[in-house]
Amino acid sequence: MEKRPLLKVNQAGISFGGLKAVSGFDLEIHQGELVGLIGPNGAGKTTSFNLLTGVYVPTEGDIFLEGVRLNGLPPYQVTRKGISRTFQNIRLFNDLSVLDNVKVANHSRAKHSMLSSILRLPSHFNGEKEMEDKSIELLRIFQLEHVKDELAKNLPYGQQRRLEIARALAAGPKLLLLDEPAAGMNPQETHDLMELIRFIREKFDLTILLIEHDMNLVMGICERIYVLDHGQLIAEGLPEEIRSNPKVIEAYLGEEVSSDA
Amino acid sequence: MNTKKIKGFWLFVILSIIVYFAVQMAANIGMVNNYHVNTLVYICINIILAVSLHLVIGITGQFSIGHAGFLAVGAYISAIVTMKLSLPFPIALIIGGIVAALTGLIVGIPSLRLRGDYLAIATLGFAEIIRIIFLNIDAVGGAAGMQVTKMTTWTSAFICLFITVLVIVNFTNSRHGRACISIRENEIAADAMGINTTYYKVAAFAIGSFFAGIAGGLYAHNFYIIQPVQFGFLKSFDILIFVVLGGLGSLSGAVISAILLTIVSTFLQSYPETRMIIYSAVLIIVMLYRPQGLLGTKEITDLFKRKSVKGGS
Repeated sequence: MEKRPLLKVNQAGISFGGLKAVSGFDLEIHQGELVGLIGPNGAGKTTSFNLLTGVYVPTEGDIFLEGVRLNGLPPYQVTRKGISRTFQNIRLFNDLSVLDNVKVANHSRAKHSMLSSILRLPSHFNGEKEMEDKSIELLRIFQLEHVKDELAKNLPYGQQRRLEIARALAAGPKLLLLDEPAAGMNPQETHDLMELIRFIREKFDLTILLIEHDMNLVMGICERIYVLDHGQLIAEGLPEEIRSNPKVIEAYLGEEVSSDA
Repeated sequence: MNTKKIKGFWLFVILSIIVYFAVQMAANIGMVNNYHVNTLVYICINIILAVSLHLVIGITGQFSIGHAGFLAVGAYISAIVTMKLSLPFPIALIIGGIVAALTGLIVGIPSLRLRGDYLAIATLGFAEIIRIIFLNIDAVGGAAGMQVTKMTTWTSAFICLFITVLVIVNFTNSRHGRACISIRENEIAADAMGINTTYYKVAAFAIGSFFAGIAGGLYAHNFYIIQPVQFGFLKSFDILIFVVLGGLGSLSGAVISAILLTIVSTFLQSYPETRMIIYSAVLIIVMLYRPQGLLGTKEITDLFKRKSVKGGS
C-alpha cells in the first residue's frame, strides 16, 4: 500500500511580476527520507525553500504537510506545523549567546505565559528550566556545549553552521530543510557534516530535504535527488540515475562529474 | 545560573529600598529641599520613559520615535480621572497607563508592519496626531492647558519606577523577551524559528506605551499644569536620546543616561539659550567617542562578572 507522503507539493510555482521564478514544482517526500535538491545557480532552489516555508506565498499550486495545506500560512506557523530550516547565508541571532539562539527556537514548544514571566510565577521557572535543559542537550549532540555562553557571532564558521542546524532542530521539525549546509566548508568539515546529518536523522527520526552544491555530499547521502533548472524540475530519481541523466548533465553536472570521475 | 539571577533580584530590591529611604530621610530632616526632591521625581519619570522606550527600541529593535504621544495620553487621561471624575491618584495612574497601552495597540498594529525609517516616520506622525487631538479638545483646556493638582510624590514616583524596571527586566529575561530580541537580531530567522513576530512587536510596543502612560500620569500631577506643547516631538527625541546615549539594548545604560541628562538639563535650566547647545554638544561628543552608547549592549551588572572573558567588539 502506498503511504501518504509527509510533504506533497503539487504544481507549485511563483512569479514575480512577469518572471516565473519557479513553476510546476512537484515534490513528494516520505517519512524518513533524505532527499537532495540540486541545480545550477539561479535555478530556483532557495526560492522553492521559501515557498515551502511560507516566506513566499505560491501564486500557483498547493503544498501539503501530512495532508494539511500550507499555502498562505506565515512562516512561524509553517514552522509550528513541522517544517524547520537553515539559511544559505547564515542567519543566527548574532548578539545572543549560543544557548539563547537555541532557546529562541524552543520558544513555541514552551507554555508559560507572558504574565507568569512578569510575575515570576513557578510556571515561569519550570518552563525556563525545561527550555534550558532541552537546549543544552541539543548543544551537547552538536558538540557546542562548551561554547554555550559565547555570542553566536564569535563562533568560527563551521560551528556557526552547526549551530544553525541545532537551532532548526530545536523548533521540533518533522521535516528539516537544509540550504547549502556545506557551503564554505573544507572536505574534512563536509565529511563530518555528512556524518552529523546521518546521525541526527536517526536520532530525531527526521525527514530531510537539502540543497547542496557539493556533489560528493549530495551523491553520498541523498537517497533521491530532484534537479531544478530555470525554475523547472528537469529530473528526479536515484543518485545513479541523476548522474547519467543526459538532461542533468547538459544543465549542470557535466563538468563536475567528468572532472571528479 | 538561576540562583545568581535570584541573588541579583534581591540585590536590586535592597538597593531600591535603601535609595528610597535615604531620600525620604534626607527630605524629612531637611537635608534636601523641595526643589531637589522635585528633581528626583523628574528623574524617576524620565527613567520610566527611558526604560519603556528601551523595551521597544533596544530589545525589540523597532525604531519608534513617537513616545511622547503615549506620555501625553497618560498625562491627559489621568488628569481627567483625578480632576473631572475625582477618583484617587493611583487609580488615575493605572487608567492612564491602560488607555496609553490601548493607544499603543491602535498605533502599533498598522505601523509595526513598517520597518526602519518608515516606522520612525509613522510613529512620529501618530504622536503628533495625538498631541493635536488634545490641542483641539476644549474640555481639557486646548492650547492653554489643563490645571492639575500636584499629587505626585517621591514615594509614588519611586514605586512606579520600581515596578516598571521589575516588569521590564522580568519580561526581557524570559522566553518572551528572547523572542523580542530575536526579532531585533534577525526578523526573518525569528519568523522561521516559530516566533510570531507581529505579536511580539505589538506586545512590546503596548507594554512600552503602558509605562509611558504611567509616566504621563506622574508627569501631569507634578507640574500643576499640562499643555499639549509639552508633548511635541522634541519630547519624543529627549526620550529617544536617553535610550541611544545609554546604549541600544542596555537597560542600565538607559537608566544611567536618563539620570545624567536630567541632571545636566536641570543644571542648565537657568540658561535656556545655551541649554540645547551644551546638551547637543554632549550628545555629539558621546556619539563620536562611543557610537555604541555609554554601555553598548552590556548591562551594568556585567561589569562585575568574570572579567577574564573578552567580549567580541
